[in-house]
Amino acid sequence: MSLAGGQRQLDIKITRKAFRTASGELREVLRDFSLVLDAGKIHALVGPSGYGKTTLLRIIIGLDRDFEGQVSLPPDTKIGMVFQEPRLLPWRNVRDNLRLVAPEAAEADLSRIAADLGIGEHLNYFPGELSLGLARRVALARAFAVEPNLLVLDEPFVSLDRPLAMRLGDELVTLVERKKLTTLLVTHDLDEAIRLADHIMLLGGRPAKIIADFNISCPRATMTAEHAAELKAEIGAIMAGASA
Amino acid sequence: MALRILSLVLLIAIWQVAAMLAASRVLPEPGAVVAVMLREAHSGALFFNLGITLARVIVSFGLAMVFGTLFGIAMGRNETFDRLGDPWLVVLLNLPALVIIVLAYIWMGLTDAAAILAVALNKLPNATVVIREGARSLDAGLEEMASVFAMPWSTRVKHVLLPQLAPYIAAATRTGLSIVWKIVLVVELLGRSNGVGFEIGTAFQLFDISLLLAYALPFVGIMLAIEAFIVQPFEHHVSRWRPKAA
Repeated sequence: MSLAGGQRQLDIKITRKAFRTASGELREVLRDFSLVLDAGKIHALVGPSGYGKTTLLRIIIGLDRDFEGQVSLPPDTKIGMVFQEPRLLPWRNVRDNLRLVAPEAAEADLSRIAADLGIGEHLNYFPGELSLGLARRVALARAFAVEPNLLVLDEPFVSLDRPLAMRLGDELVTLVERKKLTTLLVTHDLDEAIRLADHIMLLGGRPAKIIADFNISCPRATMTAEHAAELKAEIGAIMAGASA
Repeated sequence: MALRILSLVLLIAIWQVAAMLAASRVLPEPGAVVAVMLREAHSGALFFNLGITLARVIVSFGLAMVFGTLFGIAMGRNETFDRLGDPWLVVLLNLPALVIIVLAYIWMGLTDAAAILAVALNKLPNATVVIREGARSLDAGLEEMASVFAMPWSTRVKHVLLPQLAPYIAAATRTGLSIVWKIVLVVELLGRSNGVGFEIGTAFQLFDISLLLAYALPFVGIMLAIEAFIVQPFEHHVSRWRPKAA
């Protein structure tokens, strides 16, 4: 786990990723795309829907191998993944959903993670008995249960109401900071990205590339509403320029 | 439950009245059938034949389910397998049970192996088709989840794959058991020298309806018990996670 806080980076270089559409033509989603994730930082990848965010994620986590390029993760990379939908096993209770991805984790560790994410009382529930908010908490807990050194989140708070999404986001940041986890957060919500990330990358264009790249210099805790608004205006202008 | 029992009692009462009205050797009274049943039970023949038939049912059903599940998963998941296997499936589905049974006896002799194989082959395409349907509707999202979290194979099969197939396995079990035991009786009638089917064949030659029913009815009872005490509890167990309607 100490490695995650070290100097290791994740390098992603995608020369080309294309789909064949239903009508038979080849559509390039990504070309000459590269991305570097610094160890221990929260990176947000922001862009409108349909610009290859999920495609990119699937390549990074190894679900899609049909591309030209290279994703170099350190050999002992353990990925904790939070999908857009919770993707829990509906026939196993919450405890088993955590346990099955982390068979060797100590019971106490799992309980602590569950407690940190506010699902300590729900360990014996089946996913079908949980609200969406709770199910998303379980999905987050599952990602932490594997003791990851790379945390990947695909729109983890989508379709939650705003206050709940913000609270969960804060809890996420607390856990990530405690463990110094390298994190990649994909979102279409700029406010969320500004609030949570150390580093924001804007995705745009077809085929998609990174059109702008920000380091959020001020630490999260000292981020003020004014500063966030300035940032948002600045980023919004770039995005508007890119899509014009 | 009370209604079900009442319905059964009514059936027996109708039988009793019909037998009294007919007063014929080909429609014995319920009491006469029970008497034969007790006689056969006393000699041990009833239990021996029921047991042997049940064993054949279990083995052939088990074979059909195991291979049907494997083929069904392979065909449901892989288009090449599906294309290769589908014509075979259609042939097997449309081959009359009797043809398979006779061919098995001619090619393999009048043996238990031939009998069991013939029954299993009759049930196999059915199980394959049902499980294939299940395998086609597997949740790709859960599979990706299992793969990203690097779940070992055994975990994936036990906790991701089989729970999704469980309703299909239960459906195949339910239809399968009733098909299999009926075919086992035919197989025994044609080529075995023991079992419920053989006894029914003997009863047919002697026109002994009491003997026929004395073997047939307990076996129906056993199959109902398997359904009530094994299949239904299994279904209940595998669907316990489904939210219950309030």
